[in-house]
Amino acid sequence: MAPIISITDLSKTYEGGFEALKGVSLDIEEGEILALLGPNGAGKTTLISTICGLVSPTRGSVTVGGHDILHEYRAARSLIGLVPQEIALEPFEKVINTVRFSRGLFGKSRDEAHIEKVLRALTLWDKRNNRNQQLSGGMKRRVMIAKALSHEPRVLFLDEPTAGVDVTLRREMWDLVRELRASGVTIILTTHYIEEAEEMADRIGVIDRGRLLLVEEKARLLHQLGRKELRLELGEPLDAIPAALADHNLTLSEDRMHLSYAFDSHAERTGMTRLLGDIASAGLSLRDLSTRQSSLEEVFLQLVREGREEERA
Amino acid sequence: MNWNAVAAIYRYEMNRTFRTIAQSIVSPVLSTVLYFVVFGAAIGARIDTVEGVDYGAFIVPGLVMLTLLQQSVTNASFGIYFPKFIGTIFELLSAPLSFIEIVIGYVGAAASKALMIAVIILITSTFFVDLHIAHPVWMVIFLLLTAVSFALMGFIIGIWAKNFEQLQLIPLLVITPLVFLGGAFYSVSMLPPGWQTVTYFNPVLYLISGFRWTFFGVADVPVGLSIAAITVFLAACLAVIWTIFRTGWRIKP
Repeated sequence: MAPIISITDLSKTYEGGFEALKGVSLDIEEGEILALLGPNGAGKTTLISTICGLVSPTRGSVTVGGHDILHEYRAARSLIGLVPQEIALEPFEKVINTVRFSRGLFGKSRDEAHIEKVLRALTLWDKRNNRNQQLSGGMKRRVMIAKALSHEPRVLFLDEPTAGVDVTLRREMWDLVRELRASGVTIILTTHYIEEAEEMADRIGVIDRGRLLLVEEKARLLHQLGRKELRLELGEPLDAIPAALADHNLTLSEDRMHLSYAFDSHAERTGMTRLLGDIASAGLSLRDLSTRQSSLEEVFLQLVREGREEERA
Repeated sequence: MNWNAVAAIYRYEMNRTFRTIAQSIVSPVLSTVLYFVVFGAAIGARIDTVEGVDYGAFIVPGLVMLTLLQQSVTNASFGIYFPKFIGTIFELLSAPLSFIEIVIGYVGAAASKALMIAVIILITSTFFVDLHIAHPVWMVIFLLLTAVSFALMGFIIGIWAKNFEQLQLIPLLVITPLVFLGGAFYSVSMLPPGWQTVTYFNPVLYLISGFRWTFFGVADVPVGLSIAAITVFLAACLAVIWTIFRTGWRIKP
């Protein structure tokens, strides 16, 4: 199936010379949740803004649903809903009028049933006649989402949807995103919360300093890049690592009761059998052992670090 | 054409007018009444007629123009500046809209509101003076052309302005003086010859003169020249707006 969004060699240099995007290429499949992960200033928002028409690209091309964003901007943009990072609402307007306005802007005829459905799904129906300024921060963010959904988009961009949002609301947002995906909407979200990407995404793209470092299925990413750690709980405290175990590169915990051994779970030889044999020979008794997969956060930091080292080289 | 979007912008902007009905309509009407009291009754009592027209009636076209220009510029500049200021402009830029539709929506609403107020002022003036409109169709044409072209100018100001101070700058420092010096309250023939020449460089003179002609059939400058002046101004504003959207100046990095 053709990708719903296809980005080819996209670059953006702002006036003043700042290069926010450096030749990004990416295909986004219909119906997936793609998380773009990157530190602040990585180029996530510029990427989204360029696709949505807020920023003019310097080089490269983007198609949405097969339509070029510059030459067939009407067809391309009518497929897109955008929830920007900053809450921007006219303070004195009523919630329902704000949402109706968005639907109209996207060329759709009035459809009160759809507006009601969207407002109910976002638990805003009771607040429909409130002015935007009377709403709490979380409610305002929901109005932003309602606006983006008002014209029935096939692709939804969520730029940092849960930045500065409390835990309960964050969970609600995640549930909502899952429901939307279930209804067939493709979702691209940017975040710098690793947990969010880990929780939500089918695929994860890591972006830093305007370059897309990697795009991979979440499970495979964790699998491929995941370092594992074997943690051994000792029967008795240890003063120092015995000389017989010196070449295993072990670390002793501060309480002197735990040994840690890092290994690559996909390597042909993990060295674990030999380690356990050597531990037995050294006469150490073990009370428990466990392994731990490295989190996405560690994977992410590693990628960013490697990317920057590469750039320097 | 995305007419649904044009209608959405128009409706949204007109909603704002009706939401703030007091400041939108009552205040211009009140200030016009004050002009009538001061210029029409107090000063007008000492002036007999100007070019054969009773002074009270003579200032009506000037007053209507003064309000129409101020309202067109202010409404349109605020209309497009406010989304820029609060950030909701992202939605206009990300919607499947051409700049023509954005301009029709915002300028149309600003001009409509200005026209509404102009008509209210015209009606208010009939309580103070006997008014006879010699060329009603031309009067409507003048009102429409003026409202639209100055709303276009306001739109440009709204895009250009980086803060509320700049937004006020041109209406306050340019429009109001030009209207006052453009013969709103006097005929150019009442000025010394040197000043008359200076006045001919004031574009607003052509508007007020033409508009006054539609009421009384008398004008400071030939009416054809008035229509030409306003058409040139309209075309200039359209050209500037076209350039703004083509280059994304101050709206799209």
